[in-house]
Amino acid sequence: MTDLNYDQTLHLKNIVPQRAIEEIDLWIKKYPEERKRPPIIAALKVVQEHNGNYLTEETMQAVAEYLDVPDVAVYEVATFYSMFHLDKVGRYVISVCNNISCSLRGADKVIEQLQSRLNIRAGETSDDGLYTIKTVECMAACAGAPMLEVNKTYYENLTEEKIDKILSDIAAMELKRAAVRSTIDDAASIEPSEVKD
Amino acid sequence: MDKVHIEIDGKKLEAEVGSMIIEVADEADIYIPRFCYHKKLSVAANCRMCMVDVGSLPKAVPACATPVAEGMVIQTQTAKAINAQKSVMEFLLINHPLDCPVCDQGGECELQDLSIGYGADVGRYSESKRVVKDKDLGPLIATDMTRCIHCTRCVRFGQEVVGIREMGATGRGEHMEIGTYIESSIESEVSANIIDLCPVGALTAKPSRYKARAWELRQSSSVAAHDCLGSNVYVHHRRNEIIRVVPKENEAINEVWLSDRDRFSYQALSEGKRLLTPRIKRNGEWHDTDWQTALNKVVAEMKRVIGASKGNDFGMLVGNSVTTEESYLAQKLIRGAGSNNIDFRIRRRDYSGDGSGMVRSGFNFPMEKLDEMDATLLIAADLRHEQPLSAFRVRRSTGFGQVMAINPFDGEYNFRLTHELQPETNLLAQEVAAVVAAADKICPDVLSAEAKEWLASVEFNQTHEKIASNLINSESSCLLSGVYVQEHPQAETINWLIESLALITSSSWGYMTQGCNAAGNKIAGAVPMRSAAGGKSKPGKNARQMITEGMKGYFLLNCEPDVESIWSEQALKNLQKAEYVIALTPFADGRALEYADVMLPIAGCFETSGTYVNVEGKWQSFGAAVAAQGEARPGWKVLRVLGNLFELAGFDYESSQQVINHLREKFDAVGDIRVARKIPSPLTLVDFNEATRESLGLYKVDPMVRRAKALQQTPKASTHHISISRVKT
Amino acid sequence: MTNEVCFRTLHLEMPWSLEAYESVGGYSTLKRIVAGELSFETIIDELKLSALRGRGGAGFPTGLKWSFMPRNLAGQKYVVCNSDEGEPGTFKDRDILRYNPHQLIEGMIIAGYVMNATVGYNYMRGEFYEPLERMEIALAEARKKNYIGNNILGSDINFELHNHMGAGAYICGEETALIESIEGKKGQPRFKPPFPANYGVFGRPTNVNNTESYASVPAILQHGGQWFLELGKPGNGGTKIFSVSGHVNKPGNFEVNLGTKFSDLLAMAGGVHGGKKLKAVIPGGSSSPILNADTVMNISMDYDAIGKAGSMLGSGAVIVLDETTCIVELAATTAHFYYEESCGQCSPCREGTGWMSRVIHRILKGEGRPEDLDNLDRVASNIMGRTICALGDAAAMPIKGFLKHFRHEFEYMIEHKRSMVKG
Repeated sequence: MTDLNYDQTLHLKNIVPQRAIEEIDLWIKKYPEERKRPPIIAALKVVQEHNGNYLTEETMQAVAEYLDVPDVAVYEVATFYSMFHLDKVGRYVISVCNNISCSLRGADKVIEQLQSRLNIRAGETSDDGLYTIKTVECMAACAGAPMLEVNKTYYENLTEEKIDKILSDIAAMELKRAAVRSTIDDAASIEPSEVKD
Repeated sequence: MDKVHIEIDGKKLEAEVGSMIIEVADEADIYIPRFCYHKKLSVAANCRMCMVDVGSLPKAVPACATPVAEGMVIQTQTAKAINAQKSVMEFLLINHPLDCPVCDQGGECELQDLSIGYGADVGRYSESKRVVKDKDLGPLIATDMTRCIHCTRCVRFGQEVVGIREMGATGRGEHMEIGTYIESSIESEVSANIIDLCPVGALTAKPSRYKARAWELRQSSSVAAHDCLGSNVYVHHRRNEIIRVVPKENEAINEVWLSDRDRFSYQALSEGKRLLTPRIKRNGEWHDTDWQTALNKVVAEMKRVIGASKGNDFGMLVGNSVTTEESYLAQKLIRGAGSNNIDFRIRRRDYSGDGSGMVRSGFNFPMEKLDEMDATLLIAADLRHEQPLSAFRVRRSTGFGQVMAINPFDGEYNFRLTHELQPETNLLAQEVAAVVAAADKICPDVLSAEAKEWLASVEFNQTHEKIASNLINSESSCLLSGVYVQEHPQAETINWLIESLALITSSSWGYMTQGCNAAGNKIAGAVPMRSAAGGKSKPGKNARQMITEGMKGYFLLNCEPDVESIWSEQALKNLQKAEYVIALTPFADGRALEYADVMLPIAGCFETSGTYVNVEGKWQSFGAAVAAQGEARPGWKVLRVLGNLFELAGFDYESSQQVINHLREKFDAVGDIRVARKIPSPLTLVDFNEATRESLGLYKVDPMVRRAKALQQTPKASTHHISISRVKT
Repeated sequence: MTNEVCFRTLHLEMPWSLEAYESVGGYSTLKRIVAGELSFETIIDELKLSALRGRGGAGFPTGLKWSFMPRNLAGQKYVVCNSDEGEPGTFKDRDILRYNPHQLIEGMIIAGYVMNATVGYNYMRGEFYEPLERMEIALAEARKKNYIGNNILGSDINFELHNHMGAGAYICGEETALIESIEGKKGQPRFKPPFPANYGVFGRPTNVNNTESYASVPAILQHGGQWFLELGKPGNGGTKIFSVSGHVNKPGNFEVNLGTKFSDLLAMAGGVHGGKKLKAVIPGGSSSPILNADTVMNISMDYDAIGKAGSMLGSGAVIVLDETTCIVELAATTAHFYYEESCGQCSPCREGTGWMSRVIHRILKGEGRPEDLDNLDRVASNIMGRTICALGDAAAMPIKGFLKHFRHEFEYMIEHKRSMVKG
């Protein structure tokens, strides 16, 4: 039964910060008003980013409600596209390309190095909830093979030193983040990129 | 339509432009194998099984997605076509478990059938097979998702036909899985159609799971008994046990579909607590007895109570799924015995229209036309619950037309409404009147002066005008009123308004009715104001009077007024108080055990022959699929013997066919006479509080449905389908 | 000559800026349109003359495609750019988006004008956050100058352009899957017909082209179709960006004339790295069949020549393989990719890609059987031509190619349970 007083947008508004809602609203504006589904992908990406890099049943349902589409329409999209994670992952998802061009230039060594430094296998998340190693298909940066992506940022022409530098930069960022966390309440929603110098 | 000339396997055919090869082939009885194609669903072209060889094209093409063209030469049996089909079959089988011996679909599986024709004897796939976790879709549908071949028929059914997306295909590639959102059960009232659509054993009927193999089943045609549509069904049975019920295609009625209610209610017969012998209550204790003793007792008690009160204090209440033959004999019996107190309308408040209107109530147009309406106005009509399958048709019309509603409740719609009015329950008549008045303003030359005067004081606003003008300006339009209108204290006023609106707007109209045979019961004369075929009758008491005023004796013909009536509490009280209650019922449970004095076992649906007249006036006769259980007998036979025992004339029928033929002759002789409705009294604010405002829940409509186990386990069973809380005070 | 078309700003400082683009004549074509100097018929004629062919992989003549759009049909029409760039080995569109976004924007505005479409979507693959940023800045610049928006430069031309992002699905590079994805659905290709020109985004007429195709248009119209045609060779007009990767010293994008010799392209990429010998080349992205060194060293890089050699120019992704490359490993990587990326709709592709991948990985584990190779070839053949979209063929062709040219490496591995090259 329709409850006329039920606010379909509240659920999502309670899960993600206002700026995420604003970002989703920007995407919504790009499509004809009567079309409800086009912003699903963008909304899920925004929500995932603000929800520790993964989607839960609750967040997907909130997106469905917010966009006024059937739950299953959102679930279908979330399970189809490989950038969505439906299980808990690390705050830093390290996606290593192991397609042809990167394989030809040592992607397997990159994966090995990450696995040994972080002490997890590809597909796993570290116990501290910080890192997930994921192997992915070609990301259109083969000139810089081997390459990887950390959350939204590409790192190309990887060498052993470069990989160590990426990992130590993340560790340093985490220290800063911990310091910020102790001073404000909203630390959970702080994005790694915002803590960059 | 323009035609093109094509040739399939050497057969010269004419086909409509734009039709697909597979449609033309089906029409011409040329079989092309398929899994994803279904004539009632959109073309998905994903299984790739229906590959055929089209003369000019280098590769085989899917027949389901290739439109015909002038001069096209199609072959289904060339090496090119067969190789394509065989290779697709091989792909479909590599991840299929091939567990046919333990699969419920075995013997009627499209994959199994086709693999015999197109599969190889030896598998060349030696890698590991995919295993998919089963989904819990609720009490009606069993899943074995490893068997799924991803044809997406079930997904498209929800999306396109029902309009509610419950099933989806999640994941991608080989990881694609068919299921619901996360893991929720399917709740729609038509969910089990996906069982029929599933070409493999991934979705099977849970209540009949592992009960029998397809080839052991015998099939009988019948008519479903739980809504006024009268869906055609096949009853599948084995050794006199009903195993399952499936739809029988009838394009004009149920197309290829069936509501869950019509599909699973049989469970009450095979698994319910059945009354197997006549029973008589002595000193508060039930005793089994023989028919002779029981019937003699019934006759004696009827004579006593009727005699003592000159017929006034004895009445007969007729249930929702009683056949036309039964009601015909029942009214003959009670009238012959000296009483005119008979009624099937146990949820009606307003009887002021008795004697006017049509002999049969229902639609004045064929159901099929619902598909084509440019404008449809729903008046207190909850299609999805009253007649789930007509909602498909109305939904289809929204592809080009519009649907509007004056519904005094929060309805659940599987289509978009263009205008929706939600009056308080007791302002329903006022709201309809406003639309009539608005229509009268646009077309002032239709109604009589008297009618116009009645409408003069009715106020209306822009929405009423918009609805009226939409109806007037539409090429084809109809007014559909729900069961709830007939339960309304101002039913007759609203009926008059509906017919006036239809007149002004040149719309068709249709009254939906409770149960499967309201039209048949009315024609048969199971009403106090008329005898069979609109014949005259000394007026008797109506159901409301019988139930609320109390009587010394009741004859319940497969009827449970303590549950079904809107005065259920009073019904129970008065039944308990009565001196003698005779209950003809297929079931040995319920409150009848408390209030009845004699219980006579009658056949349930599918156990008796009979006729239902659906809401459009279609007479549908059927034979018994299985024999009645124990000592139970078809109701018409019990009534016939009672007539004989009363030594009444006209009870010599040897078959139900003779009964219905007799009634039909009478009816055809007078036709569907229609007495003009009287102009109603002025509108007032009615009191609703004397009886429940709730209508009967989806799975509460009749004794059989209420006893169907699986249906009762669904989430929908626990809710009243119309929650009417708002009353203007 | 290099970098004359899509990369013509590359030598400038901040090549992505509006200033840089305008300095090479950017938006001059738009201004000519606004001034009434270029009719839509002329534009289509020039494109036809230029012999520009779709740069996404299919190579369909762009001018012809544009002429299919029912420009006079009432109602909304759409111009869509396919920047999904997912074909393994391809990385050219990312650089157009990053280094010359305005040229893409102008190309799409022109397309909108030609087709009477007022809305455009640029569909970028989900990981393209950096290109998105550049595109958004460029769009803001263009909007400010009224190159996009309503009544462009005072004319009656309206055009709004939006970026749309995917979320990781190779199949969305297929135009109808991309359309489904814009509509917020799973990227499952639609059956054709109807083609997007009649039934595209939101059921409306839609033109879909690759980033490089749109970005080529302003340069073509600025210098003339004849100029472009002459850069390449007949039927293969213009330049093409080749993304060279793999075993070369200087992997990168090279925008060169069509018909350039492969050996010259290899030289531009610094030759095979480590002084090793060239073994083979995958000339047009991972779905194009492999060509061995002898063949490839003697051909020129254009649609016709590569087609004649038994492969495809595709997206222009040239993957160079040296003598140490194990073809079975390569086949396993390739097969796994298509297995992961099949959308799952059509039975042959959904089931067949998994089958091929499993067999090759089993061979790689040393558990191969002699009959596997014929079976593999048969399975690949059975997928081909039997699916809604071209992914089925894309998955099958390279496998058939590997088996055709390097069957001995597979046989060696089955027999010896180790790689012929790696030992």
